Amino acid sequence: MPETPTPWTELRRFTAARVALGRAGNGLPTAAHLDFQEAHARARDAVHSALDADALEAALAPLGLPALRVASQAEDRRSYLLRPDLGRRLREGDRARLAAAAAPGAFLFVVADGLCGRGVLAQAPAVLQRAVPLLRRAGLAIAPLVIASQARVALGDEIGEAMGAGMVAVLIGERPGLTATDSLGIYLTFAPRRGRTDAERNCISNIREGGMDAQAAAEKLLWLAGAALRLGATGVMLKDEQPAIPLIAP
Amino acid sequence: MGFAQTVGGTRYLFPDLRTLLARATPLRSGDQLAGLAAESAQERVAAQRALADLPLRHFLNEAVIPYEADEVTRLILDRHDPAAFAPVAHLTVGGFRDWLLGEAADAAALAALRPGLTPEMAAAVSKIMRLQDLVAVAAKCRVVTRFRNTIGLPGRLSIRLQPNDPVDDPRGVAASVLDGLLLGAGDAVIGVNPATDNVETVIRLLELLDAVRERYAIPTQSCVLSHVTTTMLAIERGAPVDLVFQSIGGTEAANRSFGISLSLLAEAREAALALRRGTLGDNLMYFETGQGSALSAEAHHGVDQQTIEARAYAVAREFAPLLVNSVVGFIGPEYLFDGKQITRAGLEDHFCGKLLGLPMGVDVCYTNHAEADQDDMDALLTLLGAAGVTYVMGVPGADDIMLAYQSTSFHDGLYLRSALGLRPAPEFEAWMERMGIERASGEGRLPARMSPALLGLS
Repeated sequence: MPETPTPWTELRRFTAARVALGRAGNGLPTAAHLDFQEAHARARDAVHSALDADALEAALAPLGLPALRVASQAEDRRSYLLRPDLGRRLREGDRARLAAAAAPGAFLFVVADGLCGRGVLAQAPAVLQRAVPLLRRAGLAIAPLVIASQARVALGDEIGEAMGAGMVAVLIGERPGLTATDSLGIYLTFAPRRGRTDAERNCISNIREGGMDAQAAAEKLLWLAGAALRLGATGVMLKDEQPAIPLIAP
Repeated sequence: MGFAQTVGGTRYLFPDLRTLLARATPLRSGDQLAGLAAESAQERVAAQRALADLPLRHFLNEAVIPYEADEVTRLILDRHDPAAFAPVAHLTVGGFRDWLLGEAADAAALAALRPGLTPEMAAAVSKIMRLQDLVAVAAKCRVVTRFRNTIGLPGRLSIRLQPNDPVDDPRGVAASVLDGLLLGAGDAVIGVNPATDNVETVIRLLELLDAVRERYAIPTQSCVLSHVTTTMLAIERGAPVDLVFQSIGGTEAANRSFGISLSLLAEAREAALALRRGTLGDNLMYFETGQGSALSAEAHHGVDQQTIEARAYAVAREFAPLLVNSVVGFIGPEYLFDGKQITRAGLEDHFCGKLLGLPMGVDVCYTNHAEADQDDMDALLTLLGAAGVTYVMGVPGADDIMLAYQSTSFHDGLYLRSALGLRPAPEFEAWMERMGIERASGEGRLPARMSPALLGLS
């Protein structure tokens, strides 16, 4: 019994990936090729976008948390890209300022530009507006907010150590891709101190429109923070076993 | 013991083997970041000349990381086979390069040599080889592995189908799988990088990929590239695990930063072997590596990143993997700054892997913060094809929407096969013919026997 053939383009209904692009011989048709070139150009520009800390602070004002601004030792974007070691160390003087705002044992949020300042501004406020009340309701004290520029994930270790935080969540701009140039990642580290490795963190990634939404990210963070407190650790020992939210109707 | 060499009237001193190797390495940002790179072009040549004069035997007497301090060094030296080493034992590094390029080094001789070579020897000789040397010697190496099909036969090029989805949506993954199958990808593995390491999600993806494979009767294997401990948990819970994936590095400390050790890898392999899911063979480990990962974890011990990378291949070959690939352009511009550095590193990694006996693929790729573009990837892909690369990645439209980087597309795989006269793995090729895939994709439709409804897409 012959069936009606399914057109290749049907696949586009199910994914944002570049499927069913067609073929020009074995290559891409011209329009698809130029779409790609344009997306790459946009991503390249996003890498060099700066975090607008004023706008971020304004957006976070409703949380009622004091905010401190710090920077890494990377002086500019090129030095940030070539010297990740500098992006993991606090600029001279910032450590003392953080120590003055110590919050022993508290849950600390660090909002960092990472590889896409634009993405942080787009996603971090929505995540924090949901995560902070959830964590407070769970009985956690929240430390003053820290906004960090030219920052790598591990800068959160030194910041957390200086403030005596019990746990740090670094909200950081993810490397722009072709489809998403405004994606946020969260790295959770228990008992932050310099020298922590990536195996001692848990990560929530792809927080953006079309990826994980802010509410789901906040709930995931709450779950991980609770598990970390029970376990006394984050990282590969802490398995993410939050019950999965069904993605499609069964 | 140190090394000295005079170039251009200046005498250069290199206090130990690891320094000599580092200074001899063609320029790359990661070695500069680590403070290990030669400070001038002439110093680099001086180191290369001194390295060329070094007897290969020396590598058995001086470890770049002490035996007592590192289980990877212990693995390398404990596994060294003097009998296999004998044919080249009298050579210097420079003499070894000449030997490799010569006719005596045919596929059989190169295969017999593998247990006699250490990763440091492979790295050393690669540092005094040009791109064409790396291509020419790798092209002579034969490495064949099997699970449900045969990978690495002469004249074949396999593709890993990489259908990643930013939220692990089964429909998104399934749609990308179908797209890739239609464009001839998937004979190396259908392998998803999960967006989270959530055990339930990993198991659901494993079940999805297994269902795709079963429903379309594809002679291939699937993999969800989660941490090895997550995969072990999935096995415990009865999930259909074909391959065990893990990122690995070339030092004990780098592996610790990945949350693994040699004994953990052995345990994971045993658990997967016990499932007896391979029909043609028992190669079931899948490893990824990449220059710079050890430095990134501050676990490099003053050794250059390419030598450390080659040491990761000693870890890989201990576990008879089905697939190994360097993710060469993924680690970032702080390790490989631009297209030129990525190209050289990709060919070095492929050469060293093949020389040491690995089924070596390469993720020909770049990130958006690197100075590279599609033209660089086309050049590297074509060079790797000439070098006989075992497999490359296939990502819809070259755009990985979960990992946010650019790899090779399904179309790129078609291009390389067609430009160099390469074919898919034989079992997969026969399957594609049975399903009428080429004709259907030429007509812009799905083959009648590959209904998307079978995958829940309707």
